[in-house]
Amino acid sequence: MVENRPFAQFMAYLTLAIGILVVAFPVYLAVMASTFDTATIINGNMPLVPGDQAAENYNRTLLYGGMHARQPVGGMMFNSMIMALGIAIGKILISILSAYAVVYFKFPFRKTAFWVIFITLMLPVEVRIYPTYKIVADLGLLDTYTGLVMPLIASATGTLLFRQFFMTIPDELLEASKIDGAGAFRFFKDTLLPLSMTTIAALFVIQFIYGWNQYLWPLLITTKSSMQTIVIGIKMMITTTDALTEWNVAMTTAVLAMLPPVLVVILMQRLFVKGLVETEK
Amino acid sequence: MAGVTLDTVRKIYAGNVEAVKGVSLSIEDGSFCVLVGPSGCGKSTLLRMIAGLETISGGEVKIGDRVVNQVEPADRDIAMVFQNYALYPHMSVYDNMAYGLRNRGTPKGEIEKRVKEAARILAIESFLARKPRQLSGGQRQRVAMGRAIVRKPQVFLFDEPLSNLDAKLRVQMRVEIKRLQRALGVTSIYVTHDQVEAMTLSDKLVVMSGGQVEQVGTPAEVYRRPETRFVATFIGSPPMNILPGTVEGPGRVSVGGQSIAVTDMRDGLTPGSAIEVGLRPEDVQAGGVGASSLSMDVDFVEELGATQLFHGKVAGAEFIVQASTGQLPADTRKLTLAVDPENVHLFDPQTTKRLGRE
Repeated sequence: MVENRPFAQFMAYLTLAIGILVVAFPVYLAVMASTFDTATIINGNMPLVPGDQAAENYNRTLLYGGMHARQPVGGMMFNSMIMALGIAIGKILISILSAYAVVYFKFPFRKTAFWVIFITLMLPVEVRIYPTYKIVADLGLLDTYTGLVMPLIASATGTLLFRQFFMTIPDELLEASKIDGAGAFRFFKDTLLPLSMTTIAALFVIQFIYGWNQYLWPLLITTKSSMQTIVIGIKMMITTTDALTEWNVAMTTAVLAMLPPVLVVILMQRLFVKGLVETEK
Repeated sequence: MAGVTLDTVRKIYAGNVEAVKGVSLSIEDGSFCVLVGPSGCGKSTLLRMIAGLETISGGEVKIGDRVVNQVEPADRDIAMVFQNYALYPHMSVYDNMAYGLRNRGTPKGEIEKRVKEAARILAIESFLARKPRQLSGGQRQRVAMGRAIVRKPQVFLFDEPLSNLDAKLRVQMRVEIKRLQRALGVTSIYVTHDQVEAMTLSDKLVVMSGGQVEQVGTPAEVYRRPETRFVATFIGSPPMNILPGTVEGPGRVSVGGQSIAVTDMRDGLTPGSAIEVGLRPEDVQAGGVGASSLSMDVDFVEELGATQLFHGKVAGAEFIVQASTGQLPADTRKLTLAVDPENVHLFDPQTTKRLGRE
């Protein structure tokens, strides 16, 4: 808008501020709660200023876990990290290759292949969870990283995204590479991959968070506590039946669980911006 | 160096669409051949078949003495300049030019030498480290040509390389391409729809229409003696005027009851039969008196600076006359046109072929 009306601007900022408050306040509370001891919070006092137990809480949670769920959150974070990275990188690898095949190679049933991939968009993990579980169990992959990662790697979204991007690359670029003596693999490595960097970054962020936040699948296929992921860990800390919930530890875990996705977004944001600025005219 | 020979080359697309209908052509070593025609005439398809980017449905393409129908584009010893330049956006200018050589396994020192030399010829030395997006259209065009030059190919292929440039730059680059081709002496095939480019650049002009070659010749030949009505109206700006006429006798035709003498006329045409009479706007003398003349009703005048175009009708057909500015008053409503018998072109209304002397 070009007009400059102070009141309208004030209202706009007020609305924004309220929106941010609503979203950010619970996060703030969680961070605060992670800095007090159990007793303070159990008593129903939720202080809005930081307490003095931060170092103690984080240290204990990371290395030893809660009183009831005695599993160090550090280990859970490691598991989550492997799963999230595995899913993100695996998805990118598989989808960029399948998109490359679908866009640049002419083979029988190419359209069919694309539509089959497309249709799987309608079948999220939850729908196919029992057959998937059966297969993973039969392959003896329960309680393994492979079992955690592999079934979630296939990605119609990623394939679609790369396909759309590849379609915007002018055909002449492929033809120029052909004349320059670059075969299918060289064209992919030297031209397509560098040009896809921003798409890859975007997809990495989305898929990393998707993988990090997985709940149902790891819950099903991990039985050993050493294979638990952090998202499951939070849940375990809250649902203690025979004792008081250690809210400070639960909140500490929640804050820890938030960190890696936030870091990924912040770090990758640079690449986005760079990509946006550097796009070809 | 090598020439290029095409023998009844065909391109048939899926659905039986014949884009190129048996083109035979021989392009001499070191010459500059321009394929010109309206869009969809098959000129680009033909070029892409020579490049190896389209499969050849029939016939034979030879570069030098080698039949290249089944040869990969990279192994045909050609270089191509694309309309949108097709520079690799993520590579520097240097890498863009060096890429093809690297893929070929050329030694590093040799690559550097060739790229530096091409950059010097094209005056792009100071941009070598830049990315294509940091260059202007003309500079990108130069880089695209540089990429072609470093390959030291036997044939240069140009696919409407100047279409993305503004008018001024286009004229400048046109001259540079010509100069470069002369200096390097590499056989070049150039596709364009712009007849000015076609006329100025070519040693050999190939006019195409509907997937077929209409005429091959030097620019002067094509302009002076168009073989078909299509060539006559396509080459030359403004286009040749075509008037309906009838044959009167040897060396004479009549247009709207006015008799015109013709030098280049086929013998044995039946008097009274219909014929098409072609006259270039610049070949008729407005207001002059000659052996034969036509009268014209002027509708309006277009001002071009050095010349004026008088639009109107002769014998009921649209007609344009070009005259130097100031030669005629701008409010002229009626003109008498003197016609030199040398400058009259005759065409068969059915076959559209030229009815000149055999």
